[in-house]
Amino acid sequence: MRPEVLAAMMPVFTEHFGNASSIHWFGQQAKALMDQARQRVARLVNAEASEIVLLSGGTEADNLAIRGIAESQKAKGRHIITSRIEHHAVLHTCKDLEKQGYEITWLPVSRKGLVEPDDVRTALRPDTILISVMHANNEIGTIQPIEEIGKIAEDADVYFHSDGVQSTGKIPVDVRKLKVDLYSMSSHKIHGPKGAGALFVKKGTILKPAMTGGGHERNRRSGTENVAGIVGFGEAARIALEGLETEMPWVRQLRDRLEAGLRSSIEFLHVNGENAPRLPNTSNIMVDYAEGEGLVISLDLKGVAVSTGSACSSGSLEPSHVLIAIGKTPDEAHGSLRFSLSSMTTEEDIDYVVTVLPGIVERLRELSPYYKRG
Amino acid sequence: MAYSEKLLDYFQNPRCVGEIPDAHAVAEVSNPVCGDVMKLWVKVVNGHIQDAKFKAQGCSAAIATSSFATEMLIGMDVVDARRITREQIVEALGGLPASKIHCSVLASDAIKEVLKGF
Repeated sequence: MRPEVLAAMMPVFTEHFGNASSIHWFGQQAKALMDQARQRVARLVNAEASEIVLLSGGTEADNLAIRGIAESQKAKGRHIITSRIEHHAVLHTCKDLEKQGYEITWLPVSRKGLVEPDDVRTALRPDTILISVMHANNEIGTIQPIEEIGKIAEDADVYFHSDGVQSTGKIPVDVRKLKVDLYSMSSHKIHGPKGAGALFVKKGTILKPAMTGGGHERNRRSGTENVAGIVGFGEAARIALEGLETEMPWVRQLRDRLEAGLRSSIEFLHVNGENAPRLPNTSNIMVDYAEGEGLVISLDLKGVAVSTGSACSSGSLEPSHVLIAIGKTPDEAHGSLRFSLSSMTTEEDIDYVVTVLPGIVERLRELSPYYKRG
Repeated sequence: MAYSEKLLDYFQNPRCVGEIPDAHAVAEVSNPVCGDVMKLWVKVVNGHIQDAKFKAQGCSAAIATSSFATEMLIGMDVVDARRITREQIVEALGGLPASKIHCSVLASDAIKEVLKGF
């Protein structure tokens, strides 16, 4: 979290702790702060403040969007189009709907990691009620052709949801240009606090709320608002919008420096998604003859925190569904590493990784029964 | 971190790594669950394991348990070595997180496999 974000949140705990639904003055103070935050989140994606539903995070946003449309549109049909590389919040929600009798088309992606808009067009049916394709992938960072898919959805008069958790604050987002009806966002992905997020719901969208109760958030999401979290989210959104021009080009440079450094010092290294438009802050690499969990633990012991798509590190013991979808074998996915950079990453951090990782890879390769030096 | 210091030590400084060119038996097993691989070489004289070496491509728990089990083998009689269980290996390394228990099967499988002919 950014220090400015914490600073914005603190008064909500100490002074403005009123319930934003109360009409007394300190409730109204909290409401004013929340409205300002809503305004800032809206600005980040070029939405109206009234179209922003504040909630607990990306997972809730995805659930509300998909289940909300599935419920409200079930008289029209029960067919949903999504992709094979969605975040689990979308993937598992669609699988759950599948069990309830909805039909899901799981679109493949190219080896580059991109959904083909033509595939969306072909998958459309008279009973299609929703298309849900993520804006940018959380593992490999590839940016999907949302604008083109949005056009297809608009022409077919089908609701279009995009999970924007990874893209918001990293690349410019304009919900009007993208032609999305629903767009998910998360606070902690932009250096805000955990436990806050938002769903953009275009004016006029018919959505059945997932949570019933006091009718908060224009009846879209009942429950007393997490005012401090929301205020922090708002502050993070304000800073992220400024950072799109000032910080992200720098983050991209750092990412490129990381990949160039690793490429020149580690043989049998691949960069996933390198031939597609990619987020500036994500780097997903694969090294042959070494396993990802071992790499993660080795890097962790040296103070570097990364993640892997190796089956051996996931609770489910399945390799990354994203790497499998872009045509990698489970063995290849085994050796994957994901680096997530931010404006707080420094050149020194990058150079440190480039210094320590080759030795770690070499050590693990020396242990492999298959490795022969190239 | 969920791993014991002993396990991390065996992961970072694995013992008994390598190949035995004139081994009496060699076995290669892979973990059906996650795809980790272990190759184990042994020299057995009169029912006694004289030497053992391993190579593995897998996670930290797989490498540590493989190394520990290979080290255990050296100096053991074949009959006793066959009785080594994954639970024994896991316990000796200070336990494993629940999701990593499956990793220890690699070493116990390799031992059973490599000692088949003796």
